[in-house]
Amino acid sequence: MSHDHDHAPPPDQDGPLSYYQVMETAVRELLIEKGILTADQVRATVEAMDARSPAIGARVVARAWTDPAFKDRLLADGSAACAELGVDMGPTHLVVVENSPQVHNVIVCTLCSCYPRFLLGLPPDWYKARAYRSRVVREPRTVLREFGTEIPEDVELRVHDSTADMRYMVLPLRPAGTEGWDEARLAELVTRDCMIGVTAPKSPPSH
Amino acid sequence: MARFAPGDRVRVHLAHPPGHLRTPTYVRGKTGVVERICGSFPNPEELAYGRDGQPARPLYRIRFAQDEIWPDYRGRAGDCVEVEIYEHWLEPFEGGRSEP
Repeated sequence: MSHDHDHAPPPDQDGPLSYYQVMETAVRELLIEKGILTADQVRATVEAMDARSPAIGARVVARAWTDPAFKDRLLADGSAACAELGVDMGPTHLVVVENSPQVHNVIVCTLCSCYPRFLLGLPPDWYKARAYRSRVVREPRTVLREFGTEIPEDVELRVHDSTADMRYMVLPLRPAGTEGWDEARLAELVTRDCMIGVTAPKSPPSH
Repeated sequence: MARFAPGDRVRVHLAHPPGHLRTPTYVRGKTGVVERICGSFPNPEELAYGRDGQPARPLYRIRFAQDEIWPDYRGRAGDCVEVEIYEHWLEPFEGGRSEP
């Protein structure tokens, strides 16, 4: 059987374990040994974390676009409003910040990489990178331009730094040309980056 | 009970104590306005060392003008950063701008 390996295999991770890897293994094994957790519970939790995706946040945004009363509740108490849609926010206190023709919002965690994982899944690598974290509070308009997003001079730019117990999601502006669309179709326009605020949902091409 | 109310002008302590802190260096000594009260939460400076973080501390979202934080900010006047700050890092502020 021939199979041409023209691609490099992924590097093996044979190096010595880091301090925190050793600690994680030790604590996990102790918890299992003492019967506090089972290995299957740990595995299932990792699986559930990995299964979360921005589609959850997109569903929340699409509902807010089509149901003004829901939008009001979402802006007043993000976690409670998400629970209405069956989205379990765990212990997360969600603050939803609304874009308008006058205000554009963008989210960062300068201290680490706090992110609304219950709504968006795992954060992209650039969100965790020092370059994004340090620059988006210092020169946000330049950073957004590098993402292809030009914020007009007459629009106020608000950066939200998740430094403590709140998590943030941007409620983008509903694009023009989507009148009469249902929630499922609207949700397809809402990407991860729109809900972080480094871009905005694109209007559908007009026919 | 929360000491500050939305709209109050506050200044972040200009301090650099050792330990695990959730107050970003770039807003220390800077003046902003309370945007909202987030509730009360265990003090992360205590939680980080395995203590219970009690009593819980009021947490605020403070809005800072960009040109208050970065005097050379090149963007629109009115651009801002909002940061969560615990009450024990805040003091009332009367008057004009904080010293650079």
